[in-house]
Amino acid sequence: MKHIPHKLMIMLALAATGLTQPVFALTAADTLKQLEQSAKQTDPTFKGVSAQRGERLFKTTHGAEWSCASCHTDNPAASGKHAKTGKVIAPLAPAANAERFTRPDKVEKWFRRNCNDVLNRACTASEQGDVLAYLMTIKN
Amino acid sequence: MRFTFQTISLALVSLASIMSSAHAAEHVYSANNVKWKTECSACHLAYPPQLLPAESWRVMMTQLDKHFGADASLDAKTAAEISAFLQANAERNNRATTGKPSLRITETRWFKKEHDEVPARVWSSAAVKQAGNCAACHTQAERGDFSERSLRVPR
Repeated sequence: MKHIPHKLMIMLALAATGLTQPVFALTAADTLKQLEQSAKQTDPTFKGVSAQRGERLFKTTHGAEWSCASCHTDNPAASGKHAKTGKVIAPLAPAANAERFTRPDKVEKWFRRNCNDVLNRACTASEQGDVLAYLMTIKN
Repeated sequence: MRFTFQTISLALVSLASIMSSAHAAEHVYSANNVKWKTECSACHLAYPPQLLPAESWRVMMTQLDKHFGADASLDAKTAAEISAFLQANAERNNRATTGKPSLRITETRWFKKEHDEVPARVWSSAAVKQAGNCAACHTQAERGDFSERSLRVPR
């Protein structure tokens, strides 16, 4: 209950400034819930996310040149570096970077791109949930 | 009257083209688009549209899912806006070039000519690593300023 008036305040403030898109639409926990729901809908055998599976997916390669960690490093609370361009990448763990996993459009875009680069295919909702569950276990 | 008007128009057009070529000679590019800046700079410097001909940008923006070895795909609306911006502000001096347009800025004739004095050891140095890393030497590249005065070649 505590969160609702706060969110409402943000929405009102944004409406007042004329911005149509809230900057922080969700929390990472909300995003995880949505991924879990979507996994349940697409896979009747889905039994919940696993941070352990997520960590394995994140840190190992899957037939392609890069793993997630190639750019985001083995420590998602730290800044990463694009494996090709060298561009600094802000930390991925929500504890270290509150903006992460708060915008559904960005979540969709980056899972689409990066799963294609790392696994040569799209990730399932369950896999995305595993990775986010892992990232949410990281303390800053 | 008509003659005067034509003369003035012609003078204005010439002046505009002189100004724009002077601008290009300075190597400072000011064209801006929020989506271009945001999306391109998510992975690398938002390379100014003036660095490639329109055809190169057009082709590149149709194959973002295979963008120099990475998936850089965008939603169709964003891709269309960025593509239009890139093409509208693209390089215009090399209209006569034949064959397939290069998608790599570093493979263009102008790039090679502008950088022919740069020794191999600079390209391979830890600070530069690859030719697409403009900001290693062009310290104001993020602002579209590739002028000589902002150039600092790492030792």
